Amino acid sequence: MSDTTAEAGRRPRPALAHHFDDLAQQKDAATLGMWVFLATEVLFFGGLFAAYSVYRGWYPEAFGAASHSLDITLGAVNTAVLITSSLTMALAVHAAETGERRLLVLFLVATMALGAVFLGIKAVEYAAKFAEHHVPGPSFHFEEEALSRNAQIFFSLYFVMTGLHALHMVIGLGIMTWMLVWAWNGTITKEYASPIEISGLYWHFVDIVWIFLFPLLYLIGRHA
Amino acid sequence: MPSHPVLLPPRHYLNDGFGVKSWLLTRDHKRIALLYLAAVTVFFFIGGAFAVLIRLELATPAGDLVTDDTYNKLFTMHGVMLVFFFLIPGIPAVLGNFLVPLMIGAKDLAFPKINLASWYIFVIGGTFTMYAVVTGGLDTGWTFYTPFSTMSSTSAVVPAAIGIFITGFSSILTGLNFIVTIHRMRAPGLTWFRLPLFIWSHYAASLIMVLGTPVVAVTIVLVAADRIFSFGIFDPNRGGDPVLFQHLFWFYSHPAVYIMILPAMGVISELVAAFCRKQIFGYTFVAFASLGIAVLGFLVWGHHMFVAGQSVYAALIFSFLSFLVAIPSAVKVFNWTATMYKGSISWDTPMLYAIGFIGLFTVGGLTGLFLAAVGLDVHVTDTYFIVAHFHYIMVGGTIMAYLGGLHYWWPKISGRMYNELAAKVGAVIIFFGFNLTFFPQFILGYLGMPRRYHAYPPEFQVLNVLSSAGASILGVGYLIPMVYLAWSLRYGKIVGANPWGAVGLEWTTTSPPPTENFAEAPVVTWDAYDYPTQVEGHVV
Ligand SMILES: [Cu+2]
Repeated sequence: MSDTTAEAGRRPRPALAHHFDDLAQQKDAATLGMWVFLATEVLFFGGLFAAYSVYRGWYPEAFGAASHSLDITLGAVNTAVLITSSLTMALAVHAAETGERRLLVLFLVATMALGAVFLGIKAVEYAAKFAEHHVPGPSFHFEEEALSRNAQIFFSLYFVMTGLHALHMVIGLGIMTWMLVWAWNGTITKEYASPIEISGLYWHFVDIVWIFLFPLLYLIGRHA
Repeated sequence: MPSHPVLLPPRHYLNDGFGVKSWLLTRDHKRIALLYLAAVTVFFFIGGAFAVLIRLELATPAGDLVTDDTYNKLFTMHGVMLVFFFLIPGIPAVLGNFLVPLMIGAKDLAFPKINLASWYIFVIGGTFTMYAVVTGGLDTGWTFYTPFSTMSSTSAVVPAAIGIFITGFSSILTGLNFIVTIHRMRAPGLTWFRLPLFIWSHYAASLIMVLGTPVVAVTIVLVAADRIFSFGIFDPNRGGDPVLFQHLFWFYSHPAVYIMILPAMGVISELVAAFCRKQIFGYTFVAFASLGIAVLGFLVWGHHMFVAGQSVYAALIFSFLSFLVAIPSAVKVFNWTATMYKGSISWDTPMLYAIGFIGLFTVGGLTGLFLAAVGLDVHVTDTYFIVAHFHYIMVGGTIMAYLGGLHYWWPKISGRMYNELAAKVGAVIIFFGFNLTFFPQFILGYLGMPRRYHAYPPEFQVLNVLSSAGASILGVGYLIPMVYLAWSLRYGKIVGANPWGAVGLEWTTTSPPPTENFAEAPVVTWDAYDYPTQVEGHVV
């Protein structure tokens, strides 16, 4: 234990905050903190999933029709992109734990690039929805007149849910930039890899949210 | 008693750095607690000022002081300010922030920077809401019911909603910090069942902050989306459901009451043990009652919607579950009372507040049972009976405990003692003023006076005048502690580490404590409330 503390003194920034006994306690606390935060996030998105379930139960036809207007190819590509980014994130965590700095930087950059691709594709999809007048509000227009009113509810939820998910992606990119700096300047070491691990937890969580959003929004009634 | 005068310790958290920067950039949980104390005190008096105007208007049956529109804004902003900016953060962010690390023998909370950030988030949220208050106000009621809030209201809904959304994150971060700190930072030997009940109740409240607040946050996002972009998620014209809003809103806002009352109960457990000099009767039951209340609290939100078109079966289940909450709550009240039985009670000011709390909380809780019963609830829904009930819980409960705790730990916070006589007078005035304000409202409500109107039939005037008179007494009562507590900061008697002769880690360090809390990291080998057993003719 005293070894770790002595080493901590030589790092660019002191890894052990004054109020912890040792790095293990600090890591435990930070990891638990992220899990608690993710519990908060589950409930945050949970409210949206609850609203979604209620309305989908009430308006299955409108939800089906509106869902069909989404671009399933772009949605599927984005799902693949995000799953791959989870892989590169996991590899980044591994590289941090084994102290391979160059690999760590490489995988962080890859993760960020994939995240940026996801957001780019999302922007293309949003632009299409604007062009088709599928954004709820006064200028809303839906091809199937009879379902138009309830279809607005679907699109409202679509924009709020994917919008908040995208916001989480943007925050994730911010965190990854920060981690990249720390990886670059040597703050992250084999002994002090927990910032990468914790950021990884967040990144995986945001991916998992999308894993739920994709089928719920894009795949309604596709099997029929 | 030492014959020479007690001195302040040479080095403590208050003289460890001076100037604005040493406060605004502090990472010390004790200083952050004081920052919160300053902020919530400001919001308390703003919210209180709205209450003064409400009670002035209601002194006469005619709507003569303010217009109906203004009145709508007054009760809305009274509720918003006091619920979101005083009652919810009050005990956890001030007393909890100060005491959680001290009580568990830690140097600080697990995440000091996040703790400071939570205060800034709180202040920014408060500023947004105050902006809404001064630019057009808010007239939706603190509950933001749709579709009025999304489609009809012309008041500043969006800035107020943003303010409350932002403030929610300060609550989440505080709860997160407490949970991690209590799990990971306890002193060696301090097992879960040696923890003070204050810690148990803060843990339970933190669970609600972390799991409930995000739901109201996302609900506010939906309201804002409806209002800003006319999305229509709650718009009945497009198939949206306003009752869904109520479900989401109360899923947080019922448990929010337990964010207010659980920490209050924690304070009361500490006070009762300290001033009866006894182990809390049935410690484990009280500890688990906190968790029980937190869990059950998430399952009862539908009792706010008995008249909102919810199915009778849902109403039945929500009614039953609401009755169940009475069990852990009563466990606490009975156990405090049992602790007092044959205790050697000293009647210091904090104990007066504790006894006031037990009485007022019991009235508030029992009338809550009336409201859990669907039939009676339908009769009194949206009347002053509801208003009286929740003020007994929130004001009679939470604020009594807040003040009791503030007095009890004041010598720890400041190193000095307040004037006991002034404090006793203040406590009695507050208790008396409170009951005179709110007891008549039970009767008014039962007689059918609806809430949220600025005019009322003349036959209700006597009770309303009583209530307004009580409110002015209560208002004076709240100013008294401001005066003598401020006075004590300079002139109060210096009292040393443990003026009450209480047990608990916070009393083992100096008053005020050093920045790192303990000169030597404590090791705990005893149970909470380890007072010497009282033999016959009890210890003096
Ligand atoms: Cu409730």
